[in-house]
Amino acid sequence: MTDPVLDLDDLGFETGAHLLVQRALGDLAPGARLGVRGRDPLLDPHLRAWCRPRGHTIVPAGGPVLAWIVPGGADRWSRAERAGDPGGVAAKAPAHWGLAARGALVEPGGPEPAFDLADRDLVWAEIAPALYAHAASAQWDPATAIPWDAEFALPPDIERAVVQIMTYLVENEQAALVVPARLLARVHPHFREVAQLLAVQAADEARHVEVFARRAALTGGPLGTSAAGGRESLTTLLTEPDFSLASFLLSVLGEGTFLNLLAFLDRHAPDPVTRRAVRLARQDEARHVAFGVAHLRHRSETDPHLRSRLRAAVERRHDALAASAGLNQDVFDALILLAAGEWSPQAIRRGHAAVLDLRREMDEGRRRRLVHLGFPDDEAAALSALHTRNFM
Amino acid sequence: MTLVMGAVAYDPKVVTIWAGFRAWFARQGFDFDFVLYSNYERQVDDLAAGRIDAAWNSPLAWIRARRLAGGRLEPLVMRDTDQDLTSVIVVREDSPYKDVADLKGETVGTGAVDSPQATLIPSALLRERGLRPGEEVAVRRFDVGVGLHGDHIGGERDAARAMMSGDVAAACMIDADHLLFVREGTLPPGGTRVIGRTRPYDHCTMTAARATPETDRFRDLLLSMDAADPDVRTLFDLEGLTAWRPARTSGYALLERAVDDEGFYDPAGAVTAPGYRP
Repeated sequence: MTDPVLDLDDLGFETGAHLLVQRALGDLAPGARLGVRGRDPLLDPHLRAWCRPRGHTIVPAGGPVLAWIVPGGADRWSRAERAGDPGGVAAKAPAHWGLAARGALVEPGGPEPAFDLADRDLVWAEIAPALYAHAASAQWDPATAIPWDAEFALPPDIERAVVQIMTYLVENEQAALVVPARLLARVHPHFREVAQLLAVQAADEARHVEVFARRAALTGGPLGTSAAGGRESLTTLLTEPDFSLASFLLSVLGEGTFLNLLAFLDRHAPDPVTRRAVRLARQDEARHVAFGVAHLRHRSETDPHLRSRLRAAVERRHDALAASAGLNQDVFDALILLAAGEWSPQAIRRGHAAVLDLRREMDEGRRRRLVHLGFPDDEAAALSALHTRNFM
Repeated sequence: MTLVMGAVAYDPKVVTIWAGFRAWFARQGFDFDFVLYSNYERQVDDLAAGRIDAAWNSPLAWIRARRLAGGRLEPLVMRDTDQDLTSVIVVREDSPYKDVADLKGETVGTGAVDSPQATLIPSALLRERGLRPGEEVAVRRFDVGVGLHGDHIGGERDAARAMMSGDVAAACMIDADHLLFVREGTLPPGGTRVIGRTRPYDHCTMTAARATPETDRFRDLLLSMDAADPDVRTLFDLEGLTAWRPARTSGYALLERAVDDEGFYDPAGAVTAPGYRP
């Protein structure tokens, strides 16, 4: 067998010769050496300087061949492993896969970042990749998707009611932004569709915060009130460390309940800006609910104790909030006024009935989702009744 | 008994490297620790006096230690990358210099006063070609990290910059740093020429104050380190080697000669270099 000779022509190591040498070394048969020839005046010192830290030995040659490279050095990839299969997710993602792409060849000896949500069943749902794709395609631009310039003039009381509801929505959406953002930072990157979905979910909430805050400030009046009980209810969401329980409390129960609220606001919105904002937000929230439900379905298939833990989480939160006021009275009243549309006793009665209908719809929605997760009807009804009066 | 090795803290990574090696030795059941020095002269003093069992020596430190301690010293290992290095004298592509001799009457930029690769060995090449530093050719030293024996390459880089800006006619550096300076953008690709190159020489070496069963074990363990082991490889990457090799002392003749010509150390190992304050 003749050892191959690489002719670099006038290409030097200052302008990329290492690529050709590396490629030729990669193609070398075991036991063979590589001859190098070329016309770059700096070829010899640079070839030596390049080979030295790689463990290759240089043997001087004669004739047109400048030198022979005898490949050496440890193969740093000899103990490398694939970070799973690009087409599917592993049951457990080891810490040393770290930030590597799924399916990448991972050099050992790297850092082991502490992503504690590294077990597929703790975070996964089969629908996650499809939901992410949908979420990415359904992004809307707050600047153009909402008719901010539409002309309308509301009676001052109705405008104040809208502003009060927007003030309430902003604080709820801020909680809904923080929860997925916190979970996202803990999900092992191997489960990237879940991380992507949570990232878009947080971005959705960021837009909701923006449009609701902008609608609240649109007519220049002061913002509404923020009740201690409402914020207390939201704060309990932030402290739930378990991915599935947090997803259950926020997405299935909280955002699920919000679907009804946003539909109600769409129905009774007194102006095109409010109507469009709540309608767009509702589309996003429906996706968040769908992931929460799908994840919990996936988890319940592998964890027979999940339902009892979900129940305990609802009960724990209810107990924690037992002494708080729940929904801000100003919000409740604003919802009635919005549905009434004016101050006549008949209209107020109609508005009050509409808000009671809303609560019934919310309860039915929660019960339906709980039954979907495998709870018997009576237990679903009992748990729905324990849900926070703050809606979220 | 603990084997205590000295190393010079030329860069913060030295702590990472030797703390990592210490942990690796502990896993092999070998009791090893290290002390850090701010300069090589202090380390060599302690090695020669037997206050430390071994020292990770620069080539210049090896020469002085040998002069101070004579045959008591035991060379142990060196990195594979310490063998057969060359230094180059580099000029701008558009300059008129074709050969080292053309630098007569010009100014040459070197590294720090105590850099074997960027000052002492290239100066010997100049002398060999009839250009005595300070006589036929002026030398402008870039004294960065004095006392670190050239481990800090800042001086070499400053000399390269001065050559590109025209402050000096030529710059001296180790072959690998010429490539590095092109890659990092200090020198433009194709913008320089090499007009002189030294013969090959060796660089750092691990030296024991005297051979003992512990230093034998230390040497054998170092030689057994395998870069395929991820724990070892990350440390090797930082220290710049792919394998430890048995130490050889045949690669220091050029530097010995340069040290004598410059009067850097006297034959007994005293520091005699004018203006050298590590």
